[in-house]
Amino acid sequence: LASPLEQFQIKPLIQLPKIAGVDISYTNSSLWMTIAVIVVFSFMTLGMRRAALVPGRWQSMAELSYEFVANMLKEQVGTAGLKYFPLVFTLFMFILAGNLLGMVPYSFTFTSHIIVTFGLAFCVFLAVTGLAIAKHGIHFFSFFVPQGVPAVMLILMVPIEILSYLTRPVSLSIRLFANMMAGHTMLKVFAGFVVGLGILGGWAPLAVNVVLTGFEILVCFLQAYVFAVLTCIYINDAVHLHH
Amino acid sequence: MTEGDRPSSLQKLDAELRKARERERGGDGPDERADSGGGRSTSGLGLAFRIGSELVAGLAVGLGVGWALDRWLGTGPWLMVVFFFLGSAAGILNVWRTMEKMARETDGDQSR
Repeated sequence: LASPLEQFQIKPLIQLPKIAGVDISYTNSSLWMTIAVIVVFSFMTLGMRRAALVPGRWQSMAELSYEFVANMLKEQVGTAGLKYFPLVFTLFMFILAGNLLGMVPYSFTFTSHIIVTFGLAFCVFLAVTGLAIAKHGIHFFSFFVPQGVPAVMLILMVPIEILSYLTRPVSLSIRLFANMMAGHTMLKVFAGFVVGLGILGGWAPLAVNVVLTGFEILVCFLQAYVFAVLTCIYINDAVHLHH
Repeated sequence: MTEGDRPSSLQKLDAELRKARERERGGDGPDERADSGGGRSTSGLGLAFRIGSELVAGLAVGLGVGWALDRWLGTGPWLMVVFFFLGSAAGILNVWRTMEKMARETDGDQSR
């Protein structure tokens, strides 16, 4: 029986020479990222190709995803946040596509690797920190000094605040990766039970797997949403500079 | 024939849209708000995952920073011990902020 963790293995598809000790081979993970980008791109451009006044099904799905993210930004940051729409929309669609493509049999879920989610989260972290410093300059560091705290306590509070700020990319990436990895491992484990119990007892885990598959699709949407909404919250913190 | 058809169907749609908008305005508030509130707080499992990862991330970052500082300054295990506690405090602070925000949002929805 195959190990339930085998699905997360990175396999190089096109071997490329190392550059400065870094392996840049085109792997199955890169392949599915490419597919995700192509899917999102064609979903949006082909959907809006014939932009009609009364949208068809496809066009209205494309418009719905646009409005969903735009509303999320307006709600969390206000209309000033619409400037950052491209960042949030790209993140949301890319993660959503990655999560959903992972549900296709024999595919590879690139969002189940912590280095991928950490890469995304760290980009958000850098962008948001850069934005805050560009907007508020040196005043940005007052973010780490809580108000109404006695001076003695500041010795303790400032390091805690700085650590709390540094945990952002970590918790953002752990959440997405853990959800995707746990879900896909569980699916594989129950699929293993189906094979193990055979034609007589295999029906029970099969039923569980059907339910889990539906649940996983929910998690795909939920986690893409959570990632995007937290990005919005961080942008809000950077723009308005308070917790 | 089709050209005669189109405007009338568009006009009908327009009338229906206007009617629907009036209905929405008439039945203002509660429905709409309940919708947007429900979308945000969604499932308890999502919340549990969010809080769990927040705690784990706090510890991980605290330990990581402590370990790195120890290596840099050569201060044995001590900074790692200190930052272990600071990191867990940061994790708890994050959870506190999350819950506070959530409570504010649900309160706001109820009082409106």
